[in-house]
Amino acid sequence: MKRLLIGVAVAGLFAGAAFAQQAKTIAVSVPTADHGWTGGVVYHAMEEAKALEKRYPGLKVIVKTSPDPASQANALEDLSTQGIDALVVLPHDPNVLTDPIRKVKNKGTFVTVVDRIADDRSIYDLYVGGDNPGLGASAAQFFKKAMPEGGEIVVIRGLPIPIDKMRVDAFNDGIKGTKINVIDSQFGNWSRDDAFKVMQDFLTKHPKIDAAWVQDDDMAVGVFEAIAQAKRTDVKFVVAGAGSKDMIKRVMDGDPKMPVDVLYSPSMVAVAMDVTALGLEDKIPVRGDYILKATLIDKANAKDFYFPNSPF
Amino acid sequence: MTQAVRDAPVAAARRFNLGAVAPFLALALICALGATANGRFLSFDNITNVFARSTFIAAIAVGETLVITAGGLDLSVGAMAAFVAGLEILFLNSGLIDNPTLLIIAAMTLSLGVGALCGLFNGLTSTIGKIEPFIVTLGTMGIFRSLLTWLAQGGSITIRNNDVRAAYRQVYFGDLFGVPYPVLVILGVAIVGAFILYSTAYGRHVRAVGSNEDVARYSGINVARVRTITYVLQGLCVAIAVVVYVPRLSSASAATGLGWELMAITAVVVGGTRLKGGVGRVWGTIAGALILEVIGNIMLLSNLVSEYLIGAVQGAIIIIAMLAQRGLARGR
Repeated sequence: MKRLLIGVAVAGLFAGAAFAQQAKTIAVSVPTADHGWTGGVVYHAMEEAKALEKRYPGLKVIVKTSPDPASQANALEDLSTQGIDALVVLPHDPNVLTDPIRKVKNKGTFVTVVDRIADDRSIYDLYVGGDNPGLGASAAQFFKKAMPEGGEIVVIRGLPIPIDKMRVDAFNDGIKGTKINVIDSQFGNWSRDDAFKVMQDFLTKHPKIDAAWVQDDDMAVGVFEAIAQAKRTDVKFVVAGAGSKDMIKRVMDGDPKMPVDVLYSPSMVAVAMDVTALGLEDKIPVRGDYILKATLIDKANAKDFYFPNSPF
Repeated sequence: MTQAVRDAPVAAARRFNLGAVAPFLALALICALGATANGRFLSFDNITNVFARSTFIAAIAVGETLVITAGGLDLSVGAMAAFVAGLEILFLNSGLIDNPTLLIIAAMTLSLGVGALCGLFNGLTSTIGKIEPFIVTLGTMGIFRSLLTWLAQGGSITIRNNDVRAAYRQVYFGDLFGVPYPVLVILGVAIVGAFILYSTAYGRHVRAVGSNEDVARYSGINVARVRTITYVLQGLCVAIAVVVYVPRLSSASAATGLGWELMAITAVVVGGTRLKGGVGRVWGTIAGALILEVIGNIMLLSNLVSEYLIGAVQGAIIIIAMLAQRGLARGR
């Protein structure tokens, strides 16, 4: 009886201490800024970390960047041993990192996965991501509206990985049954330089191109330069995606060559951190899948998506 | 003296000539293939596009030819190009000089200086520190690229002033009597590179050091100095590539120059330079750089190859071009 009482007292003491401390830690693991979009991810993660620490006194937010999947796996172990209450992770390669993430979750940590989803969906509590098929579908929707008579378009894709395929398949589905004709499609590796080359060659190969869908704002930079150099006036517009500040600015300024952009914002990491904090601090049930819409950004709403201080 | 001995030098000379011409024959063959794949391949615009694009790899590969001939290797060139490009654009954005032309000239000079210093660092670390150049330049590759990413804060660095941008744009897109500036740059770099390697005492030392380091040392050649200078020249070549690269898209990012080191080394080897050192072919390197760009161009212009298989076909063509060259060089 005595022992039980002591046990209860000790348990109560611990609970009291935990309650008094309230010190919680969220760890954020993201890839190093290796291209424009991930640069945006790192920026938004840092900004949101500051904002959250201000909003919830006592909350600690650690942001850690890793250059490749192997070092991200190590980073996850290190973060986990430090003792964390929640993990927000944007994995380099979700399938490679499935087990390291599961290990963190098995310790009772709340796990949020951002953007890249693994085949095994039991490793996370919360998923926050962009709408990849939606990105293609939104762009297709715009082409249908802008080209009711149909026309010849070229497509510059990203890298041959699943999310690229989801986007392109949805785009092709979207324009099915119209007179819009994809006359050429190549990989531009989400790189400005490669997209420049590909567009130069498209312009050489095809005497008439009505429009281009280039999937990513970084690549759009190279595409515009190639069109300017060839002095071609037949290419009426270019639709890109992501929401970089330069391209949003063009849309905002009403550039006829860049009428719209499709949102796939790196700020999704901030959404993930925010919702995770809500669950942790305010005890709101946040488990589930949170898919951000691939909003069509036009002149009217562009200012809502413009982050002039972001590197992307 | 027997007949065989007297004939040996003649045969050697013939082999040398065929070896030097082989990359150009391969290039001509690939171009013929391109012309049949798409009639527009031989159009003036396409040819100048491809030439201009290959400037970066060609210029860098000429430097790499010298480095490899002297028995070294430089893996840091792509990252170095990104770093130098970032610094150049930051300088252009600083607005220290009002006159755009003077500002651009100053920025180019700065780039050349930074490139030479980066090369000097590679050279001294590997010669004085006696570390394998593979390791040294692998290290600096990481350093240069991270520095650029840091300077860009993970994003891209872009020329902000539109007047400067418009003026500088001419360096890539402009031409002299119809010949685009980048083509002139390739020619200039190749002529100077070939002169250094074949017509100067220093060039002979480079080849001597590359073919046998010990013999070179016993002959009184300062091996460390010869090697270090090849890295400085490599740095200058990278800077020249950057000076032409920056005006194209007016920006640099973490993706700038990604993989250029492998393309440059491929161009050098396809051009007939021995990877083990001792034999360098500057003009072959230029042909090698052109071959790499032309193959990519043909793949895009033709409808024969699926977008998923382009890499495989490119790889196969490079191997076939090398086999054909070796066949020619043996005089078969």
